[in-house]
Amino acid sequence: MIRIRNVGHQIAGQSILQGVDLDIPQGGLTALVGPNGAGKSTLLSLVARLQTLQSGQIEINGRDLGQISHGDLAQLLAILPQVLTSTHRISVQDLVGFGRYPYSRGRLGPKDREIIADVLESFELQEIKHRFLDTLSGGQRQRAYTAMAWAQDTEYLLLDEPLNNLDIAASRSLMSRLKTLAAQQGRTIVIVLHDINYAAGYADHIVAMKAGRVETAGPPAEVVSEAFLRAVFDTDARVILEEERPLVVV
Amino acid sequence: MPHLWLLICLGSILLLSVLSIFVGVIDLTPMALLRDPEALQLLVVSRLPRTAAAVLTGCSMAVSGQIMQILVRNKFVEPISAGTGQAAALGILLSVLLFPAAGLAVKMSLAAVTALLGTLGFLALVQRLPPTEPLLVPLVGLVYGGILGAVMVFIAYQADLIQYIDVWMLGEFSGVMRGRYELLWLAGIAAFVSYLIADQFAILGLGRDMSLSLGLNHRQVMAMGLLCVSLVSALTVVTVGMLPFVGLIIPNLISRHLGDNLRVTLPVTALLGGVFVLGCDILARVVRHPYEVPVGTIFGVLGTLAFLWLIYARPRHA
Ligand SMILES: Nc1ncnc2c1ncn2[C@@H]1O[C@H](COP(=O)(O)OP(=O)(O)O)[C@@H](O)[C@H]1O
Ligand SMILES: [Mg+2]
Repeated sequence: MIRIRNVGHQIAGQSILQGVDLDIPQGGLTALVGPNGAGKSTLLSLVARLQTLQSGQIEINGRDLGQISHGDLAQLLAILPQVLTSTHRISVQDLVGFGRYPYSRGRLGPKDREIIADVLESFELQEIKHRFLDTLSGGQRQRAYTAMAWAQDTEYLLLDEPLNNLDIAASRSLMSRLKTLAAQQGRTIVIVLHDINYAAGYADHIVAMKAGRVETAGPPAEVVSEAFLRAVFDTDARVILEEERPLVVV
Repeated sequence: MPHLWLLICLGSILLLSVLSIFVGVIDLTPMALLRDPEALQLLVVSRLPRTAAAVLTGCSMAVSGQIMQILVRNKFVEPISAGTGQAAALGILLSVLLFPAAGLAVKMSLAAVTALLGTLGFLALVQRLPPTEPLLVPLVGLVYGGILGAVMVFIAYQADLIQYIDVWMLGEFSGVMRGRYELLWLAGIAAFVSYLIADQFAILGLGRDMSLSLGLNHRQVMAMGLLCVSLVSALTVVTVGMLPFVGLIIPNLISRHLGDNLRVTLPVTALLGGVFVLGCDILARVVRHPYEVPVGTIFGVLGTLAFLWLIYARPRHA
């Protein structure tokens, strides 16, 4: 479990997060939603220790985040940042291989190779594994990066808007792949999503943020409602129920 | 594919080395080596060192260019024209002024320190540039290098040392002799050490957040990279002077054809750098035989062409 207590964050005197209290339960998919600028990326980067914690406390599996060594953290938690701006020409296979760095330190062993092959297979990257990243479509590239983070084989995986640039088919297939894999391997995935329908359709848990605070958290059926959309996103949209799942009519 | 490149580069270096040994103002033939002790002397004192110097310079500068591009996360920069080279030369000038009696080791150390500071300054400048404008980075580099160079010329002018600085500003190998080039082996070692942690540099190229997520000690690898770039620049500027473009063209050429997985590509980058510099040096000796053209002039011509090609030619989408 990830326990976040009273976390605040400021950039240049501006308050980005205030008093964030949140428990991310073990196992399954937790969707983080909220309007642009709500602080979702900032919160994830604090949990992944990409930025230093200014105030409050974060614990992973009962251990204080600040006490975990770099090497241990990389085997416990992986993050895929929102903006992937590499001009690097790396093949898909090599990229996925980098995901094994926390274990292999650059010398891939037989187990690493096995995992890389598995991941290439489950993310349907076999056919393009020798292609360089800069020759791929946005969707393929996103899938390759996600596969790299997956190959890191961590208990916790934080994905910041992985559906950016993906069409509906690619989005659905990535979401259901993540859901199945998470269930099979007992992993915990926190995923920032823009489309509430994807969150309601695939996540076990929804956490909504607004203006640097957590507004609500809970299972999709309890969280997503017309009042919720008005409170969090300031928009009037109808919500209907489809097979017990809430669905936003856009 | 990388193996083929490696073989071709290795073969070319051997071939060019033989050529380099027998090309020069004084005629030297394989037969003479067997009979004439003076010819052997020429080989050991001048031709072999010159050949080794060119190869070492090429290898280490190509590698340091590649690493600089990763540190700055921009493919259009190289240390010698973006301030590191000028800062190293400034360091040499300062050591001549402050410790006129000191030897090469002092010059070299001071040059390494100023090269390090110069590179740090460039990194600090570049971090403030918008990531959406990649071509601003080399432009800022040229201006920054130009300013450092101007400061150096000003100091040299005041101290009446102008004729000195030409030696560092325009690199060439005609002065290379036994006893005067051995520092370059250190540059070669620095390049080799970088190869040992090539994976870490490749991951660094994915950006700060990604490398932290993968558990890379980001600061430490950045520091190693800075050290390599500064050392190689200082060592080459002290011994042969500034040779621009090598660090730019070679890594880009390799990146286009073989990609950026440095564990695989860095040896090819190094060897191709050696081939290029040695080839240019031989050319410099034969274009106006029996006179020599500074190898920097050959670089200027080839480098400009290559830079245009870099900007206009799209990478192959294999
Ligand atoms: N490096 C930064 N400098 C200044 N402001 C920032 C920086 N990073 C984020 N912010 C601000 O913090 C707020 C939250 O950003 P972010 O966490 O990226 O939101 P989200 O991911 O929910 O869209 C925004 O108002 C954004 O402008
Ligand atoms: Mg965000």
